[in-house]
Amino acid sequence: MEKKEKAILFFKSDTEFGSYGSTLRYKSVERIKAIGKHTLLGASGEISDFQEILRYLDELILYDNMWDDGNSLGPKEIHNYLNRVMYNRRNKFNPLWNSLVIGGVKNGQKYLGMVGMIGTHFEDNHVATGFGNHLARPIFRDEWSEDMTFEEAVRLLEKCLRVLLYRDRSAINKFQIAKITDEGVTISQPYSLKTFWGFSAFKNPSKGAEGSW
Amino acid sequence: MLLKKGVQPPSFRKTGTTIVGLVFQDGVILGADTRATEGPIVADKNCEKIHYMAPNIYCCGAGTAADTEAVTDMVSSQLQLHRYATGRESRVITALTLLKSHLFSYQGYVSAALVLGGIDVTGPHLHTVYPHGSTDTLPFATMGSGSLAAMAMFESKYREGLTRDEGIKLVSEAICSGIFNDLGSGSNVDVCVITKGHAEYLRNHLLPNPRTYISSKGYSFVKGHTGVLSTKITPLKEKVEVVEGDAMEE
Repeated sequence: MEKKEKAILFFKSDTEFGSYGSTLRYKSVERIKAIGKHTLLGASGEISDFQEILRYLDELILYDNMWDDGNSLGPKEIHNYLNRVMYNRRNKFNPLWNSLVIGGVKNGQKYLGMVGMIGTHFEDNHVATGFGNHLARPIFRDEWSEDMTFEEAVRLLEKCLRVLLYRDRSAINKFQIAKITDEGVTISQPYSLKTFWGFSAFKNPSKGAEGSW
Repeated sequence: MLLKKGVQPPSFRKTGTTIVGLVFQDGVILGADTRATEGPIVADKNCEKIHYMAPNIYCCGAGTAADTEAVTDMVSSQLQLHRYATGRESRVITALTLLKSHLFSYQGYVSAALVLGGIDVTGPHLHTVYPHGSTDTLPFATMGSGSLAAMAMFESKYREGLTRDEGIKLVSEAICSGIFNDLGSGSNVDVCVITKGHAEYLRNHLLPNPRTYISSKGYSFVKGHTGVLSTKITPLKEKVEVVEGDAMEE
């Protein structure tokens, strides 16, 4: 999931999602990619469709660069383009099975938006895909504020990811965080979060309630 | 056949719900929202989802409202009879076993998902009971349509050995998370704190959805507010002649 704050944008995703049915098949799939100079794109869903989308965007950015007019496509433009692509595919009953998050900073203006596989799109201060909508967005709504610092934002994202790690069966403890500012994009190396499983109630759950489980 | 003619079958009154429970240092705290839904409509804005089972055991219910009411009432009376027979305070696992065996025998058709909590001689206990009859024993639990939003709060903020005030605050936060992020939950927060020897039912502990824009002058509808389209006066004709009868002779 993703968050906006001051002049920075954050993305966080788990690098797994190369799942094959209920097998966690590929554990090092990069699901966040930088598009042009100003944008980050994150996706969940069908990885092959995501790769197709990256090919479309490569072509788009190439044509943009060929104009060589000093202007470059920003996150709003990429969002709009992807929205059109997704919606048109949905109309032809051949959707690209992804939930996309587009974020970026251009000329100091930050932008964060989402496009679904049926073409629904919106812009918000915090977005999430899949289970993140149910588990992470309540926490964001409570604790996000306009003027968070970098460390606070990372802490908030990690808090949400920890909850997702505990409660989403298709999550693994391997995350990447990506940051975008006017200066550029940085995507971190994969790392894992500390989790706590040591509640005394879990050690002997049916103590005092013999026969239950 | 009726469906084809466009007749809508009656939708069940469900408690699209957020219910939670957590164990704190002196006992158990249960929490629930207060919205009961009938499909997309809110049937009851302030219903009670925390049911009494025994003086030391309370149970929150999600699912079909009739099922949760009936099954908790039934087990509550069974527990009372058991208390008379044994002369002892009811245990939480007794309620648990009665609930789960009833629900299992109905193979999930009794749609009651419950969070059962209480404190007895063996200590504080918190259990979840699912409609098919399975149970879990947990330090913190959520059920209902708002369970994910509430669980997000619990997973990020729960720790062992919470005090009473911290526990109530965390339960209220979890229920509010369900109320504001889930469409099936809403209105107010009910909390029930169960400690050794004393259970406190805080009905409407929080009211985060007050009615705004109430006219302080009240609403009065003057004659002439509603336009009259047509008038037809039908005098009632007497069809039966009422005759003062003699008193009945014994």
